[in-house]
Amino acid sequence: MIVPEPAKSDHFTATRNACKMCTPLGACLAFSGVEGCVPFLHGSQGCATYIRRYLISHFREPMDIASSNFGEHAAIFGGQTNLEQGLANVIRSYEPAVIGIATTCLSETIGDDMPMFLHQFTSKYADPTPLPHLVHASTPSYSGSHFDGYMEAVFALAKTLAEKGQTQATLVNMIPGVVSPADIRHLKDILSDFELDYVMLPDYSERMDGVSWDDYQRIPEGGTTVDELKSMGSAAGSIEFATTHHKSQTAGEYLASACDVENHRMDMPIGIAATDRFFDALEKLSGKATPRRHQMDRGRLVDSYVDGHKYCFGKRAILYGEEDFVIALASFLCEIGIVTVLIASGGKSGKLLENIERVMPDPSVATVMDGVDFEEITDAAMDMHADLIIGNSKGFKLSQKLDVPLVRVGLPIHDRMGASRIVHLGYQGTQYLYDLIVNTLLDVKQRTSEVGYTYI
Amino acid sequence: MNGHNIMTTAIENNIRLLEARKAQVQTKGSEPFNIACEKQSVAGSVSQRACVFCGSRVVLYPICDALHLIHGPIGCASYTWDIRGAVSSGPQLHRMSFSTDLQEKDVIYGGEKKLEKALLELIAHYNPKAAFVYATCIVGLIGDDMDAVCRRVSAKTGIDVIPVQSEGFAGSKKDGYSAACHALDTLVGTGDTSTIGPLSINILGDFNIGGETWVIKDYYERMGLEVVSTITGDGRVDDIRKAHGASLNVVQCSGSMKGLARMMKEKYGTPFMHVSYFGIEDMSRALYEVADHFGDKDLLKRAQDMVRDEVMRIMPELRKIRQDLQGKKAAIYTGGAFKAFSLVRSLRTLGVKTTIAGSQTGNPTDYKQLAELCDDGTVILDDTNPLELAKFIQETDTDLLIGGVKERPIAYKLGVAFCDHNHERKDCLAGFEGMLNFAREVHGSLCSPVWKFSPFRQKHKETTEKQDIFKPKATYIPTNVVRPGETSGGGGETKFATLTIGATEVAK
Ligand code: SF4
Ligand code: SF4
Repeated sequence: MIVPEPAKSDHFTATRNACKMCTPLGACLAFSGVEGCVPFLHGSQGCATYIRRYLISHFREPMDIASSNFGEHAAIFGGQTNLEQGLANVIRSYEPAVIGIATTCLSETIGDDMPMFLHQFTSKYADPTPLPHLVHASTPSYSGSHFDGYMEAVFALAKTLAEKGQTQATLVNMIPGVVSPADIRHLKDILSDFELDYVMLPDYSERMDGVSWDDYQRIPEGGTTVDELKSMGSAAGSIEFATTHHKSQTAGEYLASACDVENHRMDMPIGIAATDRFFDALEKLSGKATPRRHQMDRGRLVDSYVDGHKYCFGKRAILYGEEDFVIALASFLCEIGIVTVLIASGGKSGKLLENIERVMPDPSVATVMDGVDFEEITDAAMDMHADLIIGNSKGFKLSQKLDVPLVRVGLPIHDRMGASRIVHLGYQGTQYLYDLIVNTLLDVKQRTSEVGYTYI
Repeated sequence: MNGHNIMTTAIENNIRLLEARKAQVQTKGSEPFNIACEKQSVAGSVSQRACVFCGSRVVLYPICDALHLIHGPIGCASYTWDIRGAVSSGPQLHRMSFSTDLQEKDVIYGGEKKLEKALLELIAHYNPKAAFVYATCIVGLIGDDMDAVCRRVSAKTGIDVIPVQSEGFAGSKKDGYSAACHALDTLVGTGDTSTIGPLSINILGDFNIGGETWVIKDYYERMGLEVVSTITGDGRVDDIRKAHGASLNVVQCSGSMKGLARMMKEKYGTPFMHVSYFGIEDMSRALYEVADHFGDKDLLKRAQDMVRDEVMRIMPELRKIRQDLQGKKAAIYTGGAFKAFSLVRSLRTLGVKTTIAGSQTGNPTDYKQLAELCDDGTVILDDTNPLELAKFIQETDTDLLIGGVKERPIAYKLGVAFCDHNHERKDCLAGFEGMLNFAREVHGSLCSPVWKFSPFRQKHKETTEKQDIFKPKATYIPTNVVRPGETSGGGGETKFATLTIGATEVAK
């Protein structure tokens, strides 16, 4: 085999097996959480097709992403004509309520003036039929990763659509970050149990984990409506899971500054401490105590922590994924006595280390790497004697090489079913992750024992 | 149901064709056949096509002892990391995803330095036999002189460093094929051919998805031919270098490798022929035509014996499968049109009728041939999109879609069976055993009991089909997928004389 064991000291200018995806992918995912929205990439055809295939392989749902299909002419003279034709054709064939437009590296590099293009398009065509809402996110992939693209699109949705209004005391904006459809469903249940009205930004819980259809749906059902998005400006508060976002403002911050909606910004609620903070915010916003069923969920989680503590204590884990996600996971693993020895992300906000130091009681046990690829993770992981790897399916080779089991969570998961149905958040999500992790450890214990215990 | 009354059972839907797309959709038999194709995708239509880069990447990817570096921002590389089913019998370097991961400052100041540095480090570390450097959209804009960098690195490292001009926007996937052919052309002709005999071929245009090249190579070798190089399935740089020593280029998949075959004909006088390895008919024909080319009696005899043996081996099971599939209707959407021809025939072998046939990159000749092959009423599509596919699948009451991952959700949401025939699949579908795998996959999807729960079927199919969809109809349950080199577990006796498909020549 020609791939040798890389020497640990090697530094590579190239990225080898990236631990990130590109910004427009994140934007397209966020846009798919708006009812009647067609994501649209302003650039060449290939990006849209690749991103579609990547997302379809993860969610196993239809994912139509239109593109302005740049040819050479557009690449040289600008993409205005293509953009206009493209939007017109999307409007004709999909009759969308919203078009979520994300730029690609190409249109960003040639410097297409999107606000102007969109303004001209709107003034040209708005009469007599009202046009769909056009929401534009600037997403060049040469700065940032899919996480940044997602945050940018969420921000653009809030900024373009939210309207300041009379405060509605029971209305909360829920801005969860890059999570699974099942997470979004779970958050909705929690908010409903607190008897809160909410605007979920975004809500792809149905569209990206949908039912089998009885008729073809040009734009799959589900998602937050434009009216709901407009009402974000009159919410009593926003809860935003966002730790490391580094560019401009987050959506929650924007709503705070432009519409005076108080923002409760916090880590993703994974683990008891982080979820407690989330429920505290809910109690505050709703004026209600945590409903009994969630107290019970919490209680069971604590109980299971105790039941399984011996299997976890001192075990060594490697984490990788979006920065916000690994920070939340690291905090959770500390709660159950697992030592996180390596925390890695392809993202590079510059805030990973400080946040790890904040959430881990003893951060010195962990090597923290941002802006890394899978080969760098592998090099670093070689002598770490890890018992467990937690991350998306792209770490399979790492897991093979180290002969350490991989617990698949997050995005993307291309080699298993059910990625959309993984709950990561809240007491319930933590419970699921906890059981998965402990059972993975037990499985190793069982399989590697010659005795073959059936009773552990 | 025949083409005539297809529309009477059509399922109503509200999908309209875009005006700009109408010329690229035609129904066989309805008017003088004159489909528009080879056009830039309509802006705003959700084309299933990828880009120039994708075309090049698909073709060169299986060269497993070369370094493949993608010069551009990260996405283009991320999305092509180890997704293809092209397997190697040795080195695995092709499965790594290398990218220059251009950042803002590179876009402003240019990426040449970064590219050069990246190449030097990677070559030093991985020690590849050659390196391919792919240009993505952005490289075409920031004006990096990739040629110059490649020349410099080549001089420093002593290996071929080959630029692939595959800027995504500069054409279609087909242009990517041709960029790849140009890149390969720089390697061909640089190796020693002194030991190569006259009964020798190159296998062009097979990418060893699920081990297909191995299957095909084995057939040719059993016939007594020397396979000089496989381009690019399980490909090796040094084999490609001496490809000009072969007496014949056998080219599969007209689109991707025709360019190289033409170049080799011009430069080295190597003749070429087109073949397809999908389906019994096309597979057998390929072997016979190659034997014919050499005019060698022994070759032909061995080909005949082999075809007979192979067909007899798979026929009993195919026949059983055919009983379950008889009368089903299929839609085909492929990258290249050539594969669509084979699929129409393969499906016919299984008793399945083609209602929709289309491709991303077909040319006028391809579509003419495709239309001739299909029955009246078949919808022919060029560069289609999800909405159109959904529309026509409903209108033709189709049971099965053959396509790639991007098409899969359309099928599944409409309660339609699906077979992946794209580069991402992991199973061998070429050759005789491949035909059996194909039949099993199609059968397994069409006859699965899950469809009875599909709301779409419950709503639409009962009224359009005089059959009880709630009763699973599979009479035959196959056991396993046939891997290259294995025999089928089909069993059951067969009389060769009763074979009617694809094997007529053999019976003589
Ligand atoms: S060019 Fe940019 S947007 Fe397109 S796939 Fe590559 S990284 Fe993503
Ligand atoms: S940027 Fe260009 S080369 Fe890369 S995926 Fe997009 S269209 Fe293809």
